[in-house]
Amino acid sequence: MNYLFSHAARVAALSLEHLELVAVSLAAAAVVAIPLGLWASRQRRVAPWLLGVLGAIYTIPSLALLAVLVELFGLGFTPIFAALVVYAQFMLARNVVAGINAVDPAQVDAARGLGMSPLQVLLRVEFPQALPILIGGVRVAAIALISIATLGGYVGGVGLGVLIFNGLTLHQPQMIVAGSLAACLLAIAADASLRFVERRAAA
Amino acid sequence: MTPATIVFDGVVVRYPNSDRNAVDGVSLELGGGELVVILGPSGCGKSTLLRTVNRLVNLDAGRVLLDGSDVTQLDTVQLRRGIGYVIQAIGLFGHMSVAQNIGVVPSLLGWKPAEIARRVDELLELVGLDPARYRDRRPSQLSGGEAQRIGVARAIAARPRALLMDEPFGAVDVVARTSLQRELIRIVRELTTTTLFVTHDVDEAFRLADRIVVMRSGRIEQAAPPLELFDNPATEYVRDLTHAGDDVYRRYFLHTRDQLRSSAQ
Repeated sequence: MNYLFSHAARVAALSLEHLELVAVSLAAAAVVAIPLGLWASRQRRVAPWLLGVLGAIYTIPSLALLAVLVELFGLGFTPIFAALVVYAQFMLARNVVAGINAVDPAQVDAARGLGMSPLQVLLRVEFPQALPILIGGVRVAAIALISIATLGGYVGGVGLGVLIFNGLTLHQPQMIVAGSLAACLLAIAADASLRFVERRAAA
Repeated sequence: MTPATIVFDGVVVRYPNSDRNAVDGVSLELGGGELVVILGPSGCGKSTLLRTVNRLVNLDAGRVLLDGSDVTQLDTVQLRRGIGYVIQAIGLFGHMSVAQNIGVVPSLLGWKPAEIARRVDELLELVGLDPARYRDRRPSQLSGGEAQRIGVARAIAARPRALLMDEPFGAVDVVARTSLQRELIRIVRELTTTTLFVTHDVDEAFRLADRIVVMRSGRIEQAAPPLELFDNPATEYVRDLTHAGDDVYRRYFLHTRDQLRSSAQ
């Protein structure tokens, strides 16, 4: 624990960097996953295939995927960013499909029948109704990404993984503990705050 | 404003993967603010026919004319905003308040917020709910009967000239149902709207209808004012459905109809 206290500023700075990495990746992942999930929820036959493929990608060990991405992009921010965007797809797209499919069909029928355009039905009825499930997906993805993002210390020198991998190289267990503990706390905090938002959205 | 006229001209609808027509050559004219009830068993095509008017269902043959214009030539969204729509499952928007639900079409049409708020209160009064108590409620805080009152208010909010009601009172309990029927009689008297009302409930049809259209297997068996169905049933099916010739039924139907109408004053 000594390292954590003696280098509190550094741990805090790396935590912030870690959080930024996860937030940026999640946002980028959502930009891809929301249209993908919508498409799959509209085309019933697409959904099992899409989620199957994304699920298969999700099972690729993260170190193996990163090795490929480093080959493609070189070391730095890009490979870990790309890995996180890819991993988040499954969790986000799955919840978009589940969320949209869970919307009360009567509300969609009424919305169409009263004269909402397809876009208005989506934005004014389907998305608000699906919101708690969508946020649930974001929460699960955020927790997973916070953990996977520690590999960013290995391939890009970003985030709390820096402490963990430097600690491994330098045989400094205190650094490893500090990095891991901070990542855990981030995950717990993300879970609690998104759970709060999820409940507010469901009310 | 004058009520709309709706003309079905040889309407045919066949669903994909079906071996028969859901609606099989229906021709019918309605207008002048009348309340026409389509009566028939489930699967007879009555809801499908109703949903051709606001183009929730597409035609395979024939035409539907609203005020003389072929509905397929009109902008779908504009067409629907001009037609009230009430469904059995009600479909109030769960994330919106009662006021927002009622105001949804006026807001789509770009009414001013103050104008919408005034209209919402007026409609809550009209459907028999105290605006101060109900306007800020959520749909989850309403009984089935209350929810469908809001459903009706939402459908007529922008003063549509045509109103489509698809088994609107089928899911509410008997007491709420009778009072909703009474409200509806009162409301359509005040509105200038032509109403198409679908039900499988013979009682309900006789209470509400200016004219009843009996449907079976996608076709019209008979279209006539309620009493004429009784006194001159065109087919065996209509005779069985209305218990034509049985004077007890005739008196019962007449009685409940008159009672509902006089209490709706």
